[in-house]
Amino acid sequence: MTEPMALNSLGIDKDPSQTRVVVAMSGGVDSSVVAALMHEQGYDVVGLTMQLYDHGEALMKKGACCAGQDIYDARRVADELGFPHYVLDYESRFQDAVINDFADSYLRGETPIPCIRCNQTVKFRDMLATAEELEGDVLVTGHYVQRLEGPAGSELHRAVDPGKDQSYFLFATTQAQLDRLRFPLGGQSKEQTRRQAERFGLAVADKPDSQDICFVPDGDYASLVARLRPGALEPGDIVDLDGKVLGGHQGIVGYTIGQRRGLNIGGSAEPLYVVRLEPASNRVIVGPKSALARSLVYVKELNWLGPALPADGEGLAVTVKLRSAQAPQAALIRSLSAQTPDRAVIELLEPAFGIAPGQAAVVYDGERVLGGGWIEGAEQVAGQ
Amino acid sequence: MTRHYLDHNATTDIRPEVIARMAEVMGRLGNASALHSYGRAAKALVEAAREQVAALVGAPRAQDVIFTASGTEANNMAAWARPDLTYRPSAVEHVAALQARGDAQPLAVDSRGGVQVSEDLSSALVACQLANNETGIVQDLSLLAGKTGYLHVDAVQAAGKIAVDMPALAADSLALSAHKFGGPQGVGALVIRPGLDMPALIHGGGQERRRRAGTENVAGIVGFGLAAELALRDLEATAAHTRKLRDALEASLPDGVQVVGREQPRLPNTACLLLPGKNASLSLMKADLAGVALSSGSACSSGKVAASHVLAAMGIAPDLAETALRISFGRSSSQADLEAAQALLAKLAA
Repeated sequence: MTEPMALNSLGIDKDPSQTRVVVAMSGGVDSSVVAALMHEQGYDVVGLTMQLYDHGEALMKKGACCAGQDIYDARRVADELGFPHYVLDYESRFQDAVINDFADSYLRGETPIPCIRCNQTVKFRDMLATAEELEGDVLVTGHYVQRLEGPAGSELHRAVDPGKDQSYFLFATTQAQLDRLRFPLGGQSKEQTRRQAERFGLAVADKPDSQDICFVPDGDYASLVARLRPGALEPGDIVDLDGKVLGGHQGIVGYTIGQRRGLNIGGSAEPLYVVRLEPASNRVIVGPKSALARSLVYVKELNWLGPALPADGEGLAVTVKLRSAQAPQAALIRSLSAQTPDRAVIELLEPAFGIAPGQAAVVYDGERVLGGGWIEGAEQVAGQ
Repeated sequence: MTRHYLDHNATTDIRPEVIARMAEVMGRLGNASALHSYGRAAKALVEAAREQVAALVGAPRAQDVIFTASGTEANNMAAWARPDLTYRPSAVEHVAALQARGDAQPLAVDSRGGVQVSEDLSSALVACQLANNETGIVQDLSLLAGKTGYLHVDAVQAAGKIAVDMPALAADSLALSAHKFGGPQGVGALVIRPGLDMPALIHGGGQERRRRAGTENVAGIVGFGLAAELALRDLEATAAHTRKLRDALEASLPDGVQVVGREQPRLPNTACLLLPGKNASLSLMKADLAGVALSSGSACSSGKVAASHVLAAMGIAPDLAETALRISFGRSSSQADLEAAQALLAKLAA
């Protein structure tokens, strides 16, 4: 009787040299270190970098090359370590699936998260498909999130480094995608990653983390929306809950629910917050903090990785994050009906303030990501 | 993994004799512009190479060969030979010619890739390839002879693969690149018709009869000259060898794969293939991972594959054009390379 073959570090019963590992390389420190680690462990590494938008155009620099520095950085890491690297031209897909969606979402009065849309579409749909075409056994990324084997298959868990955890941005990963993904950095700290980058002598070791939305490098997304949807930014009124005009705005795109700063309205005894955005009447509605309280959150496009969701009754006791930079809070989640399995309602045990449609509601059981959906609305239950 | 190189139109093996000769010349001291013995020796090497290059294209006078740093530079020089003339590159030119002047007004080609002469070109500087780098299609330049204000022929891809007879082409100038037929990279030439006045594009020295400033790349030029001589000597044999491989490949294509320009006069070594439904950029990655080097259209410096303007100009629909793969054979190509290409295509087209 032969010994069963040991699983390699990616949980595959093949020798690393026989395991093709496709690494999504952004040109940043994290994905460069992942690629270097995989290469060091002897895997058959192939690097892929997505060309998502015309970099020169995004920076409004005429004549600048189509590709950003990041692509060259990724190529350089691959060349130095000695594995193949290719650029995927996803410009038109990214424009359709992410940039246009971003603009339309703002025009609907929402606060979109394009990074999740990108993970959901070009990265884990299109790039994963390419990885399979290239006979990749897995697609590896530099995300700080953990994929652990559970009794019923692969599970998504928060990163061990709470400061770097990116699970919120990966809630839309489907079970089928998760089965073919690996996140080797989820079990370590950013500090460890930086030290590894130095150990590998990577030229990108000191590169700062990206902060802004990649296709809006100057952070001025209102101008981008104005360019993409000419005429969509109309000046309008800022009104209070009773409809009284308190001031004016240059387009609702510049506002998000819960926002307090930059309203340029005075004379109110208590601080005023953006409570609602009304695209139809082009109004920004402001009110006191108490007017922001919501305890029921409706989500659509639910992606569920956990045990089947009850459609009635008590609901499933979970914790939920309604914004990326927020601690999870206790809640119950239930499916809206058996006919609409992609919709759910989340009942918060304590009301939350500043819930913005377009953001994600991500559901956890402790450290495990059970799933999540896009917030389409929220309401306050009387008496709470 | 055994690797197979099938991208000889991009660049081909430098001849061992050329490497040996260049290495020897690199060890010699001397600036070809100097009047002392060192300089004269270097100058003599350059002039011998000039004769070898002139012979390759049938130019009657060696002095009409102007050495440049690339075929691209030669095409740029020609584009600016007569700024007073309208610049009319054919729509299937290499970007080295198409983009040489910002005011270029491309000349349309027909669906077979042939340049269209339906208007008065007497006040136009026409740039036209002898053979296309992507499809291998050879132009009928007799259509242009005597009808243009100035005729520039880009023979970069043709030289060393088919006979080039500059006087018969009635060209005012002709561009060459050494590395396309066994010479080193980084050397090219613009050959001009006797008596033509060619203004310099690069200024700052009297080299190349004041037509191209800069210290001569003596070793590169010597390598270019030797490669030209060997290419001319072996022209028939090289063409027969590559044609046999190319034709065998085209005779064994998987179902559905189409050949661009199959019925047209073509370079003997080039096959431009369309694989309906199979995106070329993905095909190239698969090929590379399988150890087979080939190419498609023109690649951006980022590695992103751009749509082929050549196939677009021939009226091939974008969704078909973006499946195009170019397989180009060379002197070093073997039966094993052919079989690797056949195996790869079978896999890609499946």
